[in-house]
Amino acid sequence: MSNKEITGAEIFLECLKKEKVDTLFCYPGGVVLKIFDILYAQKDLRIILPRHEQGGVHMADGYARSTGKVGVALVTSGPGATNVVTALATAYMDSIPLVVFTGQVPTALIGNDAFQEADIVGITRPCTKYNFLVKDVKELAQTIKEAFFIASTGRPGPVLIDLPRDVVTNKAEFHYPEKVKIRSYNPTVEGNKRQIKQAAEAIAAAKRPVAYIGGGVILSNASREILEFAEMTKVPVTHTLMGIGGFPGTHPLSLGMLGMHGTYYANMAIHNSDLIVAIGARFDDRVTGKVEGFAPEAKIIHIDVDPTSIRKNVRVDIPVVGDVKHVMVELNKELRAIKEPWDAIRKSWQKQIDAWREERPLTYEPSDEVIKPQFVIEKLYELTGGDAIIVTDVGQHQMWAAQFFKYDTPRNWLSSGGLGTMGYGFPAAIGAKVARPDKNVFSISGDGSIQMNIQEIATSIENNIPVKVVILNNRFLGMVRQWQELFYGERYSSVDLGSTPDFVKLAEAYGAIGLRATKPEDVVPVLKEGLKAKKTVFMDFVTARYEKVFPMVPAGASINEMIFGEEKKKEEKKLKVVR
Amino acid sequence: MKHIISVLVENKFGVLSRVSGLFSGRGFNIETISIGPTLDPTVSQMTIVTTGDERILEQILKQLNKLIDVIKVTDFADKEFVEREMCLIKINTPQEHRSEALRIADIFRARVVDSTQKSYTFQVTGDEKKIEAFIELLKPMGIKEVVRTGKVAITRD
Ligand SMILES: Cc1ncc(C[n+]2csc(CCOP(=O)(O)OP(=O)(O)O)c2C)c(N)n1
Ligand SMILES: [Mg+2]
Repeated sequence: MSNKEITGAEIFLECLKKEKVDTLFCYPGGVVLKIFDILYAQKDLRIILPRHEQGGVHMADGYARSTGKVGVALVTSGPGATNVVTALATAYMDSIPLVVFTGQVPTALIGNDAFQEADIVGITRPCTKYNFLVKDVKELAQTIKEAFFIASTGRPGPVLIDLPRDVVTNKAEFHYPEKVKIRSYNPTVEGNKRQIKQAAEAIAAAKRPVAYIGGGVILSNASREILEFAEMTKVPVTHTLMGIGGFPGTHPLSLGMLGMHGTYYANMAIHNSDLIVAIGARFDDRVTGKVEGFAPEAKIIHIDVDPTSIRKNVRVDIPVVGDVKHVMVELNKELRAIKEPWDAIRKSWQKQIDAWREERPLTYEPSDEVIKPQFVIEKLYELTGGDAIIVTDVGQHQMWAAQFFKYDTPRNWLSSGGLGTMGYGFPAAIGAKVARPDKNVFSISGDGSIQMNIQEIATSIENNIPVKVVILNNRFLGMVRQWQELFYGERYSSVDLGSTPDFVKLAEAYGAIGLRATKPEDVVPVLKEGLKAKKTVFMDFVTARYEKVFPMVPAGASINEMIFGEEKKKEEKKLKVVR
Repeated sequence: MKHIISVLVENKFGVLSRVSGLFSGRGFNIETISIGPTLDPTVSQMTIVTTGDERILEQILKQLNKLIDVIKVTDFADKEFVEREMCLIKINTPQEHRSEALRIADIFRARVVDSTQKSYTFQVTGDEKKIEAFIELLKPMGIKEVVRTGKVAITRD
């Protein structure tokens, strides 16, 4: 190793190379000019300039979710830094590994209300896993090493590094540490053997068990172990919004999603179960409904890497702290040794579940006059054969994309579950396409959400990152309207978006392709053309305005108290199709 | 229920706000908090007094443990320990009260650390009960100011 001194900016680049970063989402500004000057000449990283810093960090997030690698972004101080807060909070809530660099005013000016100064370390403390202010260029390499380590281990999460201008311009020798050890940070990986054994015994003894899997299964790449577990023990599996793809959606043991917009049979199975095996999930209130009424007869096994998730919302009988994959390998070993006649002991439970499945399958009222949003998703599934990455925004379209597309493999479903960030989907889809260019990437969005980061069409066109955008256009903030219809006496306050903009013209203005479907028979041709498109395409599906997402567990109800869509509402008949 | 928690943390900039942010962000209470150096200059020690039921305490302990800068968390609930707090109290002392004030101070082994024509400042150390009792007795004389350190605690061997 040479003893030559190099600038902080060069150290920054060298560190990213050591971490094998291949893509950097970055937006320039005053205090980071030195870094951008170094980036100008280099050839190791793909540099992507978003059109808004929030978009840039959502791209890094989409990159991370679709690959499991750490997503990396760089922005300037002040407004550049504050613009990434929502994206950091989004990643934080869903435990997504990111390292985000922000510029900062020179160390001597910090605290002086200098031009473009923001206390971003203070601002982001509650929405990052950890954050650093680097005060000396000599600490830069070590800090970056620690940041990647913290972001990607234990329960993953975003880490922010604040880089004052002088730290970037000053010089130091470059040594990249081979290993890091942080004495106060030692996440538990292996689960406690005794607890695992207890869990296995409880599973063998249970008459009505359900496995409930969450995002932790995706994050720890444990879907193979989950499949093995379910097929061996014949335990049916339900998943959260974040757990989609953790277990094949088409598998006979799959119950689909549970919770507020979960399937009838998943919620009934959970509610009537005598054992819940929660794996990498955190009993979010969207999943449990009224906590006091949650699974009254069930024992609960909870496997999670984060001890704070355990017993946070619900009582737990057998906690197992550890990485989901490691724990599942051990649990499967224990279960194999038990050798129950699994098929036989599950027979009557399976029958009960099948009865629920038949009683109320996931369904919707088809129409040959207006485009039903669920129909669009169904057709998309048929046409792609499920072989696509689906990225959603937040709202009704998100729930339909979760319900009516089937996901058999992990990391092909990307959605902001914890924070529920409208505007996440399109930039995240761009990030996913950068990471996995061989896949068709669909951004399924609403007419409201898409407008929250629509500027990123320019990024996708300029960088040749073709994304297929499906807009389920109900001319409403549909999910909010649904709540107003059901719980606020149909007083539709601030939810009517009208029929602007014209998404086809808008796409064309950016140099993208615009397509529109207004009648059910347009749906398949538009999807086919969209599939063929070689550049970013906006498909505007003008859908039934008053369609609602069902089943639904109203806020404050138990998850067995679902409401359904049969009671066809009068206003659905007087549909006005705009345009 | 009141709990005393001792936390060893990295002596780094921002650690206090990480810990206090954890409490405020999750709606946990901090009754008192005191921080000081340890023999190892890279490590600081915090004593936190908090209130909450068992479930909340479990969350507090786990959340503290999860903070990256936290090295060790000790809950004193099931331990034998000694707790102390120091308190400075400034009282009005018109002539007729001066000897009475000193007599009370003597009983509590409080020391006069400042004295003027019109006031005394006492320093008293002890557990919470003792300090509260001392303050109560001085109240009728007219307390001008009370400054308390918050508790520190150490386990017995
Ligand atoms: C940034 C942000 N603001 C507000 C909300 C609240 N919200 C949740 S869903 C929704 C409506 C979304 O409308 P649209 O994108 O058109 O989807 P639709 O429900 O119509 O399918 C709103 C406003 C949110 N989730 N995120
Ligand atoms: Mg809408």
